[in-house]
Amino acid sequence: MSNIKEQTLSAPFTWASTLEILEGVKVDEVGVKDRVSSLATRSIKRESKLQALNYIVSMCDLTTLEGEDTEGKVLQMTAKAVRPDPSDDEVPSAAAVCVYPSLVSTAKEITTGTNVKVAAVSSYFPSGQVPLESKLLDTKFAIDEGADEIDIVINRKSFFEGDYRKVFDEIVSLKEACGDKHLKTILEVGELKTYDNIKKASLLALAAGSDFIKTSTGKIPNGSSREACYLMAKAVYEFKLKTGFSAGIKVAGGIRNSKDAIRYLVIIKEELGEEWLNANYFRFGASSLLDDVLKQIRKLKTNAYQSSYYFPRG
Amino acid sequence: MNSWEYSESIESDSIVSIQSKYGHYYDGGFTSPKSKEYLKTVSPSSEEVLSSISIGNEKDVDAAVNSAKEGFKVWSKTKPIERAKYLYKLARLIQERSREFAVLESLDGGKPIKESRDFDLPQVAANFFYFAGWADKLDISWGTKEMKPYGVVGQIIPWNFPLLMLAWKVAPALATGNTVVLKPAETTPLSALLFAELCDEVGLPKGVFNLVTGDGSTGSHLVNHEGVSKIAFTGSTSVGKYIQNATADRDIGLTLELGGKAANIIYNDAAIDQAVEGVVNGIFFNQGHVCCAGSRLLLQEDIHDEFINKLEKRMQTLRVGNPLDKNTDIGAINSKEQLQKITSLVNEGVKDGGQLFQIECELPTKGFWYRPSLFTNVQPSYNIAREEIFGPVLTTLTFRTPEEAVEIANNTEYGLSAGIWTDKGSKILWTADRLDAGVVWANTFNKFDPSSPFGGYKESGFGREGGRHGLLSYLKVKS
Repeated sequence: MSNIKEQTLSAPFTWASTLEILEGVKVDEVGVKDRVSSLATRSIKRESKLQALNYIVSMCDLTTLEGEDTEGKVLQMTAKAVRPDPSDDEVPSAAAVCVYPSLVSTAKEITTGTNVKVAAVSSYFPSGQVPLESKLLDTKFAIDEGADEIDIVINRKSFFEGDYRKVFDEIVSLKEACGDKHLKTILEVGELKTYDNIKKASLLALAAGSDFIKTSTGKIPNGSSREACYLMAKAVYEFKLKTGFSAGIKVAGGIRNSKDAIRYLVIIKEELGEEWLNANYFRFGASSLLDDVLKQIRKLKTNAYQSSYYFPRG
Repeated sequence: MNSWEYSESIESDSIVSIQSKYGHYYDGGFTSPKSKEYLKTVSPSSEEVLSSISIGNEKDVDAAVNSAKEGFKVWSKTKPIERAKYLYKLARLIQERSREFAVLESLDGGKPIKESRDFDLPQVAANFFYFAGWADKLDISWGTKEMKPYGVVGQIIPWNFPLLMLAWKVAPALATGNTVVLKPAETTPLSALLFAELCDEVGLPKGVFNLVTGDGSTGSHLVNHEGVSKIAFTGSTSVGKYIQNATADRDIGLTLELGGKAANIIYNDAAIDQAVEGVVNGIFFNQGHVCCAGSRLLLQEDIHDEFINKLEKRMQTLRVGNPLDKNTDIGAINSKEQLQKITSLVNEGVKDGGQLFQIECELPTKGFWYRPSLFTNVQPSYNIAREEIFGPVLTTLTFRTPEEAVEIANNTEYGLSAGIWTDKGSKILWTADRLDAGVVWANTFNKFDPSSPFGGYKESGFGREGGRHGLLSYLKVKS
């Protein structure tokens, strides 16, 4: 289902051309809000809703990122990612599980032989406030443990200090450390705040060689927003026009129900197109979203809205 | 790969009950036409006949005007605060029944339900609320108490925003103490007929609101009736000129809101993605049946190719189809006549040398439809760059400097609206100052508010609707 796409950007963008792209960034806030709220009025019913819900399951990076995480917790969650609804064979597996590096090998015990990937957050998630050497060590450890995908955070300290070059260089180094592993770069849009910042950070991360750009660590309030997703889609499209490379988008942080998730899908469909509507190009990072989606799927099929205890714990 | 299509999501039309036949509304009730003649109103999306409406002849108009004269005797003596109460009641009732009205607008006029639901109806209610608020504050509106209503006002409205144009006209006229004889467009009379029922429901004194349906001849009788003290017309420039001629030798008030060929100016420092959205909204909103539509796209030469690429890609995502489907972006063309007009202007544009892009999409087999269209390689001399097409057709022109942009924008007989897109505030002000247009939008388009006056320069008409200025269209002020 979710084979990592083979196409990767052959060489990162040069700094000079990156700078040129960044200087051209102009976003109109009112226009963004208008467009996003107009897309939210799409009415998704019946077959198209069921299809969307199945997409969402297959695009889910089921996530636990807590200090209290244990092997037991990660095993439970990973088993759920492989088979989200044991009573319904038509429900697909999730795309991946997302854990801290120290729990990658645990998750691997269950995912080996399945299509479910293991993603690790690294680079001193969520703050990234350490020297690059430490971020590289963190990342290499996760890869040695068997991670298929690496989720890193951008250096917001440098971003706000205006040192875009450092943000760029760090991503380039981390991408190098990742080798053929899939790199998702978290922008933390809730901290970047302005739409110009979000668009700039998106392009910066793409030019530095990210395979995916991701909204949030999920560790701050206002993690994801549909407006941020729209801006990231615009950046991905622009980057494709310039390089031919199709990057992916992962939205994470506060997406808890199906209705909201479907609205994100609508943005991707209408702004980027059908090509992006699969786990190779679009992901949801979530913990509680999956259960709501499973309930909605069952409701569409049986007309009964069932309690949480009908679904296995993750 | 499977594609993800939106399933049909149809707003049910069972909420509306349309009678098979309608009379005129005056003297506080519906009356069969003295003309004994009817015309059929069809749904432009299915060509299905929805109802028959009366054609008002001279006698019908005479009866309605007499009813309005009687009504004026009561209404002009009604306390302003009482007038306000009726208008507030109407506003609330419109809100309560907005789904019904929205479905009716989409059925009868062909506009997408998401627009009639999210734009037309909220605006209709907002206009009644807004002018209700003015009714007892007229003495402070222009700093004088020496203001009088005209008396009987004849109002003729178009088919593009049937109920909203009614609200723009009826709300300020009633708030200022006038009584009204309204003539809705012949292709879209149903929402006005339902509004007449609401007037009954709120107990509006009889003769205050009167309605005569019909065609152009009915409108002509109304314009020429000596009992009418003021004409307010929204529609085509040619009919506007006829009305101005016909009323030239009478002591009569007149406001005209006519055609447009608005320039939407995109500077190279604009936020391009949002400008693309604004351009799409500017021309494809309501199938382009908008007098202030941004129908001339003025692009700075160095961004022409990038902009057109993005615009064409965006246009391709527009969903054309059943107006009652909640996911429809572009509904039906209002009438066969309008479709023919659009088609012939576009053909002429192609013959002149314009390059035509039309989106690929399936069109329903019945009804009147036109693909969203974009012309490039157009010279300012072509007819498609000068004439109002009043359909989903955008014409592109280019410019090199701000001076040239202003010159091209003003190079038209019209002057209703314009749009400016740039990241630079000073450039917005510089440009807006120099545009001969009644409304100038900056980094947005087609935004409306009852408190903002609307009206044209040059052949786009005169007089203002909306806002404090809109009151003056219905008051005689002594100086």
